[in-house]
Amino acid sequence: MDSLQIYLILAAILFSLGMFAVITRRNAIAVLMGIELILNAANLNFIAFARFGGMNITGHIFALFVIVLAAAEVAVALAIIINIYQNFNSINVDEAQQLKQ
Amino acid sequence: MINIVFWFFVAMTVVSAFSVVLSKNLVYAAISLLVTFLGVASMYVFLWADFMAGTQVMIYIGGILILILFGIMLTHKITSVRISHTNVQRGVGAIVVLALFTGLVWMINISPWINEPSVEPIQTVETIGTLLMTDYLLPFEVASVLLLGALIGAAVLARKDD
Amino acid sequence: MNIFLQYTLLIYFLPLIAFGIQIFIGKRLPRQGDWLSIGAVLATLVLSIALFAGMLLDYNPDFKQNFSFTWLETTNFKISMGFLVDNITIIMLLVVAIISSASHIYSLKYMEGDPRYSRFYAYLSLFTFSMNGIVLANSFMLLYMSWELVGLSSYLLIGFWFEKDSAANAGKKAFLTNRVGDIGFFIGIMLLFTAIGSFSYSEVFAGVAAGKISGTLLTLAGIGLFMGAVGKSAQFPLHIWLPDAMEGPTPVSALIHAATMVAAGVFMMVRVFPILTPDALILIAYIGGFTAFFAATIAITRTDIKQVLAYSTLSQLGYMIMSVGTGAYIAAFFHLAIHAIFKANLFYGAGSVIHGMHHSLDELDDHETDAQDMRNMGGLRVKMPITYLAMVISSLAISGVPLFSGFLSKDAILAGTLALVERTHSHQLLLFFGFGAALITAFYMFRMIFLTFHNKPNKPKIFKHIKESPTAMLIPLVVLSLLSIFIFYTLPNANPLSDQGWFTHLVEPQESLVPGHINPSVHEIEESIHHSHNPAMITSLIVAGLGLLLAWLMYFKKVISAEVWARRLRPLYNLSLNKYYIDELYDKILYQPFLKIADWVAYLDWDVYDKYFINGFGRATEWFAKIVGIADYDGLDQGIVDSFGRNTNRLGVALKKLQTGKIQNYVLYAALAVVILLIIQML
Repeated sequence: MDSLQIYLILAAILFSLGMFAVITRRNAIAVLMGIELILNAANLNFIAFARFGGMNITGHIFALFVIVLAAAEVAVALAIIINIYQNFNSINVDEAQQLKQ
Repeated sequence: MINIVFWFFVAMTVVSAFSVVLSKNLVYAAISLLVTFLGVASMYVFLWADFMAGTQVMIYIGGILILILFGIMLTHKITSVRISHTNVQRGVGAIVVLALFTGLVWMINISPWINEPSVEPIQTVETIGTLLMTDYLLPFEVASVLLLGALIGAAVLARKDD
Repeated sequence: MNIFLQYTLLIYFLPLIAFGIQIFIGKRLPRQGDWLSIGAVLATLVLSIALFAGMLLDYNPDFKQNFSFTWLETTNFKISMGFLVDNITIIMLLVVAIISSASHIYSLKYMEGDPRYSRFYAYLSLFTFSMNGIVLANSFMLLYMSWELVGLSSYLLIGFWFEKDSAANAGKKAFLTNRVGDIGFFIGIMLLFTAIGSFSYSEVFAGVAAGKISGTLLTLAGIGLFMGAVGKSAQFPLHIWLPDAMEGPTPVSALIHAATMVAAGVFMMVRVFPILTPDALILIAYIGGFTAFFAATIAITRTDIKQVLAYSTLSQLGYMIMSVGTGAYIAAFFHLAIHAIFKANLFYGAGSVIHGMHHSLDELDDHETDAQDMRNMGGLRVKMPITYLAMVISSLAISGVPLFSGFLSKDAILAGTLALVERTHSHQLLLFFGFGAALITAFYMFRMIFLTFHNKPNKPKIFKHIKESPTAMLIPLVVLSLLSIFIFYTLPNANPLSDQGWFTHLVEPQESLVPGHINPSVHEIEESIHHSHNPAMITSLIVAGLGLLLAWLMYFKKVISAEVWARRLRPLYNLSLNKYYIDELYDKILYQPFLKIADWVAYLDWDVYDKYFINGFGRATEWFAKIVGIADYDGLDQGIVDSFGRNTNRLGVALKKLQTGKIQNYVLYAALAVVILLIIQML
């Protein structure tokens, strides 16, 4: 509880899981969820450093901005996903491969 | 006593994260995501980031998760359970991610972290607010513009073509 | 400049200039430039007469002028050339000039209308130039050069009507036979040069006298030089070209093959007499004597008028050579000059007869009958009186009848032969050759006269249209006939039987320079000749008379039948008729084997060397090129150069699979990259 590493490791776990979701999941929204997980892991890192690493309140600011960005990003992402769904009738990431060689 | 609670919340976060990633049902994944967000918020509390915890709950759960749910609902197709929800990259992905995790852990362990015992702040809100208006004014404004852009963009994108 | 040098330079170079102009632009000059050549040769004649007059006025037997210039000088040796002017030179120059002028004038009518008229005169000028070169030379180098040039001129002139195969072949035969003799000549000259180190006569003579070359080597050198004479003067066994040379136009035969070129061999012998050893001399005498007799025996069966004269020339040349061999070489030179005059005259006369025959045949439109065959002639005396007279005078001269020039010189030769026999008490065969040939000469010459000019015409139709020849052709006949009278040669004596005159005074024999006194001295020779003069003269008169009588009986009176005797002496007759089969013999033992060798060598060169060796190179190169091509194309080009492209292509195709278009793959790659970097960092 009072060590930095535990929070960092937790963040690492979240990050890895998020990565796995991004790489592996077929549904675009599931991929989005993975991205959220990654962002959360980063936030956790920031806050942990704010408490233990000497960043103090700056960490909080960072985390705040990250949250803001995440929100904006989700909004746009979902708009895109809905668009894709309306055009191709599927949000299977595997099928969005028109740039394939 | 606090340790038990701490470890409980850690476990909750981890388990729900796994569920988000591995769950076949998208709605289950979304709900698990909610639980993960809550867990992270709790971590924030343990880290004396009270304002951030609140912000996390409000925006992530209250905003982003709702949006995701909306997205799920809007794009949900009635599909059979038997269809695989993960793609071909499962194996390689697992290995790579595992390697990545191992690397991260190893890096965390051998890095000489600065361990300054910090003082528990009285109020973070006020500090954050002040800082936003003074030191971090520019990022604040930029973020505003960004939000505006995202807003417009999303609105344009989601429009039906007529 | 010395007047003699002036005159001789003009005499030498004027015909050359005429040749040069004539050969290039002769055709475009008016009258095809014959006046150019004639002018040059007449100028030569005038100058020669001037020199001759000067010589007579001076009356000095020791007159000698030598002009030389250095032609080539190296560190080892020096070759100089120039003119040697002494009494012999002047006399010979005059002879050449007279006969050459006569031929030039004669050709005005004889060659009229020939398509290559200007070229004929050009060649005549070239010949005059070359012959004068031989006469004037004071060094073997100039002599040899002029010798070859004379041979060339002879070739060009014999084969002048080269459309006729026989003429072209005759020209080739003359040149090649000459060449064989010239090999010996060249060896002789080089032997002398190697031993003595100079080409000029004076230095060579001095060298021989000093003993730089002697014994067998000197004999060989002498024989080598003699070989040149054998070729040029048509002695046995290189006589084969002279009868064939009659294919040339008659003026050419007169000039070259009767009077001057063939005499060049004798002239050269006269010049080099002092360095001839007794062994060489005896060989020379025998070859000369044999040729004289041998040729005469062939002449008796000839039916072509020019062939009779050709063999007669051979015979007389044999006489001259024999005379050189016996030591009476001044007599040889004497006979050379006199023979030139009457032999040219005989040829002109024969030419006149042939011209008349051609004219008559043309009128009859007969192109088959041989205009030169005596069996188609007969009784021409009445139609061609001047020609007849000229021919008779010349025949009397050649037969050695007194009151004519030939008697004097032939007498001297036979005296010399008899003198040799008396000195050495051997070599009687030469007497047989000499007097025998004299008998036969008289016989066949008058046979010719009687067959051509007397009795009834054999072909009356042809006879009807015969006319005397035009004046231009008769002038030389008249002039030369006059010169065949004895008086011109015995002055200041008037005795027709005398052996002394301006000639014998001015042209004195030289002492032999052969070291060791193995040759008889001039005094000894002259003594013995004096002794044998009268016996020789009487014998030659008897012999000539016999020959004449025989001819008269056989062909004029027709008392003795020629056919009967021919049948009785059939084997001898056949030998004579077929020229002793010499040409056939040479063909079998020389020409055919040589041609076979040539064929075989050609086979070696063409079918073996060329095909296998040379072509082999080609094929080997081709094969090698093919291999290199394969290495280059399949190996280098396809294998290495193209492989770059192909492998890049394959790499591209392989890498193309990376671009799946799926975002998640790309994210995986990124993660993978991070992992790898981490691992690297760890290590």
